[in-house]
Amino acid sequence: MIRLENIEKVYRTDRIETVALTNINLEVDEGEFISVMGPSGCGKSTLLNLIGLLDVPTEGHVQLDGAPITTYRDRQLAAIRNREIGFVFQTFHLVSDLSVLDNVQIPLLYRRMSNRERRERALEALDRVGLSARVHHFPSQLSGGQQQRVAIARAIVGRPRILLADEPTGNLDSHMGEEIMGLLEDLNRGERTTIVMVTHDQQKAERTARIVRLFDGRQVN
Amino acid sequence: MLRHYLTLAVKVLLRRKFFTFISLFGISFTLLVLMVATAMLDHTFAPMPPETRQDRTLNVVRAAMYGPSDTSVSSAGFELFDRYARDLPGVERLSIYSSVGVVHSYIKGEKIESSLKRTDGEFWQILDFSFIEGGPYSTEDVDQARFVAVINETTRRKFFGTQPAVGKSLEADRQRFRVIGVVEDVSRLRSVPFADIWVPYTTLQSDGYKRGLLGNFNAMALATDRSALPQIRDEFRSRLDRVELPDPKESTTLVAPFETHFESYARDIGGAQKWASEKDPNSQGWKLTLVLSVAAVLFMLLPTVNLINLNMSRIMERASEIGVRKAFGASSQTLVGQFIVENVLLTLVGGLVGLVLSALVLRAISESGLIQYATFELNLRVFGYALAFALLFGLISGVYPAWRMSRLHPVDALRGGAAR
Ligand SMILES: Nc1ncnc2c1ncn2[C@@H]1O[C@H](COP(=O)(O)OP(=O)(O)OP(=O)(O)O)[C@@H](O)[C@H]1O
Ligand SMILES: [Mg+2]
Repeated sequence: MIRLENIEKVYRTDRIETVALTNINLEVDEGEFISVMGPSGCGKSTLLNLIGLLDVPTEGHVQLDGAPITTYRDRQLAAIRNREIGFVFQTFHLVSDLSVLDNVQIPLLYRRMSNRERRERALEALDRVGLSARVHHFPSQLSGGQQQRVAIARAIVGRPRILLADEPTGNLDSHMGEEIMGLLEDLNRGERTTIVMVTHDQQKAERTARIVRLFDGRQVN
Repeated sequence: MLRHYLTLAVKVLLRRKFFTFISLFGISFTLLVLMVATAMLDHTFAPMPPETRQDRTLNVVRAAMYGPSDTSVSSAGFELFDRYARDLPGVERLSIYSSVGVVHSYIKGEKIESSLKRTDGEFWQILDFSFIEGGPYSTEDVDQARFVAVINETTRRKFFGTQPAVGKSLEADRQRFRVIGVVEDVSRLRSVPFADIWVPYTTLQSDGYKRGLLGNFNAMALATDRSALPQIRDEFRSRLDRVELPDPKESTTLVAPFETHFESYARDIGGAQKWASEKDPNSQGWKLTLVLSVAAVLFMLLPTVNLINLNMSRIMERASEIGVRKAFGASSQTLVGQFIVENVLLTLVGGLVGLVLSALVLRAISESGLIQYATFELNLRVFGYALAFALLFGLISGVYPAWRMSRLHPVDALRGGAAR
């Protein structure tokens, strides 16, 4: 379902060139739950951004369902991001001007449905992450862990086929972390959602089907 | 979706109060000036009483005779119209009337200055004056050279105080007229109908006015139909081309075109160029249109650039939001839409403030008496223009920043908008 071929990602700033990823070849099957591990700065987030169509590789190809994404236009990309992909950012990226409920509804805004349905589905997603009591708060009024759960609710509200989660349990206590891990496993088993999760937690990684290890932009296995 | 955008826009604008205030201030001021200018132009050019049939009326208010060495420009003479403008095809009514002249009267030792216009009876049939007292003089009154006068409200107050004026008489430049009608004041800017006192042209002291191609007269033709206007212009022009000029060595060509009010004003543009304008029988309307458009564009340029800058920084502050929306499926087009909604909302609010302010400014100008009898006001037409200006302004100043922003790659936007 997800296929990366000879991916290389180089960040060029004025003087410095940072090679964030080189020679990455990765295939993730439909319904698979894998984790990505590696030390800080090794390119995990960069990899996830490429899979999530948020960035383009310097070299190589990204394919989703065999489609050559690299050639797609803005509108087609937007439609795929909207329908197929749910993203949990490492740093959450909640919109500070919007309430929790409005934040979670964002992916649904770009789909054809009634306001009532949007609202109901957002409430349902918030219920799944245990935040039903905070829907009218603003992000700045939430703890780090609560913000992370809003970010997860937003990623799953559109029932995407692919969930990309950048350290989704990083800010949660062990109990809450466990809940979220359980939720991801449910999605994977119950709805056959393909999940790629970045984590530093060896124990959680071991619960997934496969671990991809990165070191300094390279795959190590 | 639109509702979501609107609520979001309101939230954003309220949140960044300082920015909103600065933007609104700029927008309101810009639109204020544009609206005041529009209202003044509307007052000068748009059809309104007494010129209710302006859309099918043409006037000759200027005549030029020029030859190899010399050019004379003035109004046309009575004879020109009497001999060549009668029975033009497509003309329902023709009126010949003089330009306004200043006359003096004395009331209890005090000197009063009034503008006096000498007209025929048709003048009152083409124009739609609203009479407060009495009525106009007829063609028969003119033929009989009766010393009757129509005066305006202000003149009635000067001469007769609060009393009715019909039946009383007044003296102007040592001629005595019996007042037969009183009309509402007409703005000085409406130069065709404007005067304080209107009397039959036959009351002129000498009949010298009847001779001469140049002189002190204007003509107004009411067409049977708008579609007859070009025909009227052309026919009169070709008749003039055949006129035998008194001194062919001195003057070779006579130009006195039938034109709209707007076109007549256009002939006044451009110092040295003016002579050329007067001699060109073709419409000079485009010049005035050009001058007005260029002025409007120049005037809007700076505020627009400013607003674009403000919008740019406002949008960049929200780069992360743009990144999030893109990541979850907003297309560039959708985002451009969102920001334009926001910006148009802002300019409409600014426009509304500008509209209220311009109503106050216009009232102040009207009351200052700067222009005789002018009452500038906001009507539906001006409001429509104002709305169009505000929308245009909002679109122009919103589109470019929105477009720039929408082209950001999602990751770059999430990182804060620094482009690669
Ligand atoms: N926009 C950028 N410009 C320049 N270099 C970048 C940029 N983004 C990432 N990098 C570099 O690319 C490398 C990989 O970064 P990435 O964010 O993928 O690491 P990571 O594995 O997610 O780390 P962490 O575990 O700390 O989140 C790092 O060396 C980083 O400095
Ligand atoms: Mg990372």
